[in-house]
Amino acid sequence: MTIMNIKRLLIFFASVLSMCTLTSSVSAQDNTSEEIEKYRELLADGNPAELWELTGEELWYREAGPKNKTLETCDLGKGPGIVEGAYVEMPRYFSDVDKVMDLEQRLIYCRMMIQGLSREQATERPFGSAGNSSDIEALVAYVTGQSRGMKIAVAVSHEKEKRMYEMGKRFFYFRAGSHDFGCVTCHSGENKRIRLQELPNFMNVEQARKSYGSWPAYRVSQGEVRSMQHRLYDCLRQQRCPEAIYGTDLVTAISLYLAKNANGGTYDAPAMKR
Amino acid sequence: MGMPMLIRAKQKGENTEVKVLVKHDMETGRRKDEAGNIVPAHFIKTISASCEGKIIFEGELGPAVSKDPFLSFSFKNGKKGDKVSITWVDNKDDSRTDETKIR
Repeated sequence: MTIMNIKRLLIFFASVLSMCTLTSSVSAQDNTSEEIEKYRELLADGNPAELWELTGEELWYREAGPKNKTLETCDLGKGPGIVEGAYVEMPRYFSDVDKVMDLEQRLIYCRMMIQGLSREQATERPFGSAGNSSDIEALVAYVTGQSRGMKIAVAVSHEKEKRMYEMGKRFFYFRAGSHDFGCVTCHSGENKRIRLQELPNFMNVEQARKSYGSWPAYRVSQGEVRSMQHRLYDCLRQQRCPEAIYGTDLVTAISLYLAKNANGGTYDAPAMKR
Repeated sequence: MGMPMLIRAKQKGENTEVKVLVKHDMETGRRKDEAGNIVPAHFIKTISASCEGKIIFEGELGPAVSKDPFLSFSFKNGKKGDKVSITWVDNKDDSRTDETKIR
């Protein structure tokens, strides 16, 4: 073998090798998503969110506050005390307050009006941490769990619901903050991801349904159940927008926009996420 | 007296499959809080399960196990209606027992 031939051979092998690694890295990526899906299916069995659902149920039926009442008369839109199927119709317009509310705003309202808690008490610790669990997250887990398996069906028929929807839509496309991010920046277009986190494309109905239908969720990395208020608060934080006040109408507007676009999807929460 | 566990016991042919979700902080004692202080260790040391009084499962968990542990195991010679009871003891000498019937 001449030196030229050896060189040619080496170059040939090098190119074959690099092509092999190229193709294997592409299939490794597909493999990763598949494996993560398999992992998620295995974990779904032992979802700690169920513990939150049980705690929330207890809290719903527990007498509390200065008025020493349970939440059994709380009207989530389908009539006093009807919890089953209530979440998939929210956010919605409530005539007793003449405004659109999401589940968490409604819970604040019920805890204040029925149980007599002050606004401070009713909005205390909306996001729990180790050793400091949140009653709100438990109540949210319970109420949303009672809609599991049902079709997402927000009406958006009342004038105020329509306005809220338009506000949410406007904000979805609104670029703001130091990085000029809008929701649309990350959540439109296929195959976008941040580091290893795939970003759902909300322009695609299937992905919109799957995404909205999986919140609240037990966040393994935080060891807590996180609600829609938390999810959107976190999005706003990551956009470098000002911090969302808990229970703000902006979050309700965005939720309504996302919920309506997810209509028809099967609600499958509380779910589990990393 | 910790938080209640969620126990599910199902008879599958010859075996009984038990799944238990335990609510526990499982603090390692090495984490620091926002102020920079060590969060004290608080974790389950031992967990044991028995069926109609007979021990069917024993485990030592410890600080390596994460928050809200999920355990799944199966055993033989159980039948529908038998009582499965699970007890854990943590490093603060707190303990919790919950039970369920095999379905």
